[in-house]
Amino acid sequence: MTSASTASTASQGLAGTTHEPDDTGHFGRWGGRYMPEALIAAVDEVAAEYEKARHDPAFLAELDRLQRDYAGRPSPVTDARRLSEHAGGARILLKREDLNHTGSHKINNVLGQALLTKRMGKTRVIAETGAGQHGVATATAAALMGLECMVYMGEVDTERQALNVARMRLLGAEVVPVTTGSRTLKDALNEAYRDWVASVGHTHYILGTAAGPHPFPRMVRDFHRVIGLEAREQVLAAYGRLPDAVVACVGGGSNAIGIFHPFLDDADVRLIGYEAAGDGVATGRHAASITGGTPGALHGAMSYLLQDEDGQTLETHSISAGLDYPGVGPEHAFLADSGRASYEPVTDAEAMDAFRLLCRTEGIIPAIESAHAIAGAVRLGRTLGPEATILVNLSGRGDKDVDTAARWFGVVDPESLPTEEPPPAEDADGAVASGEREL
Amino acid sequence: MTATGTGITRLAEVFTTAKAEDRAALIAYLPSGYPTIKGSLGLLTQALDAGADLVEVGLPYSDPVLDGPVIQHAVDAALKGGVRVRDTLAIVEQLAERGGRAVVMTYWNPVLRYGVDAFARDLAAAGGLGVITPDLVPDEAGSWLAAADREGLAPIFLVAPSSSDERIASTTAATRGFLYAASTMGVTGARDAVSDTATSLVARARTHTDLPIGVGLGVRNGAQAGEVATFADGVIVGSALVSAAEHGRAAVARLTTELAAGVRGQHTGR
Repeated sequence: MTSASTASTASQGLAGTTHEPDDTGHFGRWGGRYMPEALIAAVDEVAAEYEKARHDPAFLAELDRLQRDYAGRPSPVTDARRLSEHAGGARILLKREDLNHTGSHKINNVLGQALLTKRMGKTRVIAETGAGQHGVATATAAALMGLECMVYMGEVDTERQALNVARMRLLGAEVVPVTTGSRTLKDALNEAYRDWVASVGHTHYILGTAAGPHPFPRMVRDFHRVIGLEAREQVLAAYGRLPDAVVACVGGGSNAIGIFHPFLDDADVRLIGYEAAGDGVATGRHAASITGGTPGALHGAMSYLLQDEDGQTLETHSISAGLDYPGVGPEHAFLADSGRASYEPVTDAEAMDAFRLLCRTEGIIPAIESAHAIAGAVRLGRTLGPEATILVNLSGRGDKDVDTAARWFGVVDPESLPTEEPPPAEDADGAVASGEREL
Repeated sequence: MTATGTGITRLAEVFTTAKAEDRAALIAYLPSGYPTIKGSLGLLTQALDAGADLVEVGLPYSDPVLDGPVIQHAVDAALKGGVRVRDTLAIVEQLAERGGRAVVMTYWNPVLRYGVDAFARDLAAAGGLGVITPDLVPDEAGSWLAAADREGLAPIFLVAPSSSDERIASTTAATRGFLYAASTMGVTGARDAVSDTATSLVARARTHTDLPIGVGLGVRNGAQAGEVATFADGVIVGSALVSAAEHGRAAVARLTTELAAGVRGQHTGR
């Protein structure tokens, strides 16, 4: 494990880069503001306040203090030596965002936006959540700063992530199960927007990923750039070189853009995002927006989108609630088009194999979202070989997923668990027989 | 089709006719495909026959973020029933063939997917007059403005109580036909009282434009329509009609008749 201190701090993520969108939030043809006029004043206010805040030494100092003393930054980098044996001998370095307070990278963004909420004089925050990690982080920051908090969560997700629902309620947030549409993350976003249109006078919407209308993709990215800034410094200090590849899971894409961004100018460092392929992209039951999607506008931005030929949003499928979303942040669409980053699918079965592998080789239970990145890193290591160094963003811990994983691997009596559909007996490619799921 | 003139000029006639009669125009929203494709054509026809000056044909979309529960439910049902974008265009065409005036109300992604130029071409060919775009602001509408201009269609944008004077100015500058003023901050749905914010929004908008102004969100009965008609050029009714549609054509006809009396100041109150 690397040194516990770094020179990089959260506030440096806000300093500005050579990779910015235009003034109205376009990354090339992506991004922008595809949203109701009623909310334009609100996002203008957020953009203006963020611009002031990122130049305000007091704001930056407070952000750094909270990230250090409250969230526990910097997060360490762990050399996963036993995992390496399963990844072609490549050195696998884990950026341990799972060790942050609340258990994922989401706290980086939420503390920043909660501070911004206070600056704007607003007293209430709302959020959407899929896996519940962003909801828990938002509920946490709201408790810390004395803000009223309401979290919208698809009903399907409240069932598969019941632990996080309980955490949010313990923290004083109101959790609203969303029963419209597919009852997952996209519907939670719809409800959050509907709330915000009516409540915008006193409410800030803490959007949980680097997507949505300008300035969210850029602002959320900036709050997460600390992941990549720290990791780059930590890897250089420990190994005297940059990694050959930096990899992360991609749903909306906030953890990925956070770790990728500080490496954009390092031309020799490959950047790879792993999307949730569910049962396999070919089956249509997946959530791989870049791999399997087409350009479209949803929830405020132009990006890759899973949609039918009439532009209706398709229902997605992933074992991971946090990746079960039909869109992706616009900067990822831009990086995919430019070729600077590449995006590859990882199926439910591959992710769960990697989940088990990380548990057994490193004693780390990852979030199922992050297990997609582990699966990708293992696959990549086998092609790059023992000379390679791969930096993986371990974006969250897996406590919330213990029910799902226990069911998948059959490690507990199913009758002791809440009712839920059983996992499919076999993944679409037939690669994993049910018998191999034993933990 | 006997009508002449572009969509924009035929839309203007809706308001000049109403103004000549010293009243506001009644604009009725109903989604295509609800309860069925044929049924929605019948309901829209009924609304026109019972006194609506213009109909907004709603194009069902999977993620209607500006709509409340009533319209969400109706468009969900329409999509489950298999309604397609081309069905909405066909309904507009059938309304136009019998002299009805129709605009389309649509979230933007279905148009993007159909192709902005193709949608404008096909809607104009169907006899549609314009498009209301609840989640498209003029800032992102470059290709649409060009296509609408080419086809003589009215791009109809929304202003909201939160809109700054600068944004009202830029939005009205891009709008043709009529301006859609959202009466309140919130999603669609019938409300007990029309918000006070509507009068001040319309007054602010009038300092920037001579376009007719339609007020929507929350109007549910003849008395409210009469109230809005005192300060707006058009009264837009959606959710209340969709609720009536659950009870069939007769209910839609009854409510439309009441609303039509309301915009003429003839409603006796309730």
